Amino acid sequence: MKEDKLQTPDSNNKPTEFNVNRREFIKITGSGIFVFFMLGDTSVISQERKPGRFQFGGPPSDFNAFLRIGEDGRVACYTGKIEMGQGVVTSLAQMLADELDVSLDVVDMVMGDTDLCPWDMGTFGSMSTRFFGPQLRAAAAEARRVLMELGAEQLKIAVENLVAEDGVIFYKKDKKRNISYARLAKGKKIDRHIKEKVNVKKPSEFKVMSRPVLRRDALEKVTGNAAFSGDIRLPGMLYAKILRPPSHGAKFLDADLSEAKRVKGAQIVSDGDFIAVLHEYPDEAEKALSKIKARFDRTESGIDDKNIFDHLLKVAPDGQIAANDGDLKQGETGANRIFEETYLDGYVAHAPIEPHTAVVKIEGNKATVWASTQTPFPLKNEVAGAIGLPPDNVRVTPPFVGGGFGGKSNNKQAVEAAHLAKLTGKPVQVAWSREEEFFNDTFRPAAVVKIKSGITSEGSICLWDYHVYFAGERGAQHFYNIPNHRTMIYNGSWTGAPGSHPFSTGPWRAPANNTNTFARESQIDIMAAKAGMDSLEFRIKHLGDPKMKNVLRTAAEKFGWKPSRIPSGRGYGVACGTDAGTYVATIAEVQVDKGTGDVKVKKVVSAQDMGLAINPEGAKIQMEGCITMGLGYALKEDIHFKNGEIFDLNFDTYEIPRFSWLPEIETIVIDNKDSDPQGGGEPAIITMGAVIANAIYDAIGVRLYQLPMTPERVRLAAKEK
Amino acid sequence: MKENIKFILNDHPVQLSVDPDRMLLWVLRTDLGLTGTKYGCGQNYCGACTVLVNNEAVRSCQTTVKDVEGKEVLTIEGLAKNDQLHPLQNAFMAHDALQCGFCTPGMILNAYSLLIKIPRPSRTEIIESMDDNLCRCGAHNRIIQAIQSAAEEMERKVMK
Repeated sequence: MKEDKLQTPDSNNKPTEFNVNRREFIKITGSGIFVFFMLGDTSVISQERKPGRFQFGGPPSDFNAFLRIGEDGRVACYTGKIEMGQGVVTSLAQMLADELDVSLDVVDMVMGDTDLCPWDMGTFGSMSTRFFGPQLRAAAAEARRVLMELGAEQLKIAVENLVAEDGVIFYKKDKKRNISYARLAKGKKIDRHIKEKVNVKKPSEFKVMSRPVLRRDALEKVTGNAAFSGDIRLPGMLYAKILRPPSHGAKFLDADLSEAKRVKGAQIVSDGDFIAVLHEYPDEAEKALSKIKARFDRTESGIDDKNIFDHLLKVAPDGQIAANDGDLKQGETGANRIFEETYLDGYVAHAPIEPHTAVVKIEGNKATVWASTQTPFPLKNEVAGAIGLPPDNVRVTPPFVGGGFGGKSNNKQAVEAAHLAKLTGKPVQVAWSREEEFFNDTFRPAAVVKIKSGITSEGSICLWDYHVYFAGERGAQHFYNIPNHRTMIYNGSWTGAPGSHPFSTGPWRAPANNTNTFARESQIDIMAAKAGMDSLEFRIKHLGDPKMKNVLRTAAEKFGWKPSRIPSGRGYGVACGTDAGTYVATIAEVQVDKGTGDVKVKKVVSAQDMGLAINPEGAKIQMEGCITMGLGYALKEDIHFKNGEIFDLNFDTYEIPRFSWLPEIETIVIDNKDSDPQGGGEPAIITMGAVIANAIYDAIGVRLYQLPMTPERVRLAAKEK
Repeated sequence: MKENIKFILNDHPVQLSVDPDRMLLWVLRTDLGLTGTKYGCGQNYCGACTVLVNNEAVRSCQTTVKDVEGKEVLTIEGLAKNDQLHPLQNAFMAHDALQCGFCTPGMILNAYSLLIKIPRPSRTEIIESMDDNLCRCGAHNRIIQAIQSAAEEMERKVMK
């Protein structure tokens, strides 16, 4: 096979170890034209990487994705990102097709397979399009440049006289003189690497990007052929059910396994307090598990969903200053009115319809893992550690993922399956029941926000002193023009030191930002009301950033907003914020039944500036999903618990949004083709708490300070007024 | 205590030697290998396991295999006939009425039973009959649109 001698700009200064690494990938995938590239945000990668020790499949320092043009003319992108419903399998393919001048049909996305794809930290934070996208486009543009050069050589026509279309390079003046990408790739092993800036297409040249495209995975999903982790069937596979404690923190004492053992075909594995029943039928395993009589010693912390906020304030670590300007004392003296408020937010579950599931097969010293996960590469290391194999011997290959929302960054179910596969010597599936899914969830943390703010006699905000406990930092900083302000973070992560939360917590769609935006935008409304101003105008008056003003005005225009003092009785609310680089403004209309406390959200209009929208239809779908999901944490979703026992274990008491909750939804993606793409999977959800709280206030003059705004809380607040 | 249970599955007769009290969901997914029917909650709350029994939508997690003895069962795998997708399947694709896709088979089959009863349902009728099928991704509005357009398409086919 001919080894192509094309030189790459950086070919002389590459450390050899990375060449070896790249050759490994080429060896797996066969011949063709390869372009290796790097996710935009490299900081995380350098943290994860152990200096001086480089392994195949570990975090490389110079690329974490590549694309290949094969001898069959198909184009494949290999990336550790995964598809969980958010649509990147489509939007990433669009970018690739457009930059390469191929049809979308010949693009294959190979995602999340740790044996085929280079290392990736995981799919979260609305980063796939934002950071990965520009690099993917550059790689595709570079591949196209290589193909054009090869084409010019073959056709003996200068590059500037050639044009590419649908995977074929033509002579501009005579289309009969042409050569396909497939033929150019034949027998080649060309290895290119993107380090320098490559010219990508201008928005005016887009053929596939920024146009609506239907989902590429739809056919499999409407026919029942899409395989999720629980749909994996292996010869000899056993289904496992694991004994759970009745509450978090409960200590295992002993268990009577005798009745469970009598279930025909049941195999019981016990390793300390880890007890599991395995069976060739999942329902039989469940039945046998229910026959185990186990005793636990429960802890009595006394902490429940009512007193958790006092507890959190008591155990909070020292605050860290996130922003600070002016002089708070001066702000206070200059204020005509001071507002001191406390906002509360409870624990919220991820509740994807697919519970955590994994299948693990161990053969010799190699393990294969099929798992519903947002983080296949970290999972590979977790499994390796759990069963004592080198990470290189573990392959994670994620099938379709039935919703993640941050919750599937936690891979406990796969580690359990790995343990059991090792203990039994058979392939094992662990599929959590809905009750286990709730019990083991890494909930969105409960949080407290305390704000002291003030306005001058002219209605200008002169003071902002913001303290957020346990929600996290994202979205904590305000973006209004306020001369004297401070933002303090008490525990900036979604987890806390031991003893803070009574169970595991973790990232939940737009982590921290839902809580922070609820508090900030409620407080802004309180001040607008007292200043006697329209709440939209009050915001715009305090804004400098034209993008934020623009999303507010766009949403207002679409909604048909007419300025008024609040409360106006109309039930209109507004809120805005930024998340993952995207600006979002939302306006809602609600109807409140004071007697029952029921809140019906009638209409939601949301405008978003996310820079270049690669798949505008996909972006709108994500916004609709955010708005609908956001109704849940705003109105109903709340985990009830006491002494580590979770009382909400299924959808009967834990209500998630359903068809009858639906408002009329209008979404606007502002066409901003000349700006880099920003995140789209999360931003619109952040405004939902505040926009509904503000609309409730506008409807009945009652302010809600705690999420969710359940009928009981609305009724109570209305009575207290 | 196994019994011989016979029923029609996706137009084909099946005969199983099985504990009659086992839930249809697990028999479909494990014994028969039809994994399009999903487990979501196991308690009748979410609808991911919806299948049709004699054209009536039922929750297979709460239906024993004995309950379908001698009856016709339709799962998502049996909806397309002769390689032709059902109008509901086409409409779900055309309207982007899905994201993660895990609730989709149950949504489609529940909608199918609705259209048998009410060929041209109003928006309110769709919401009422779909309300106990849960979706976490928030595809609800597009699912309603997909059902409406599938209903129109099916009516056109009948009129032809």
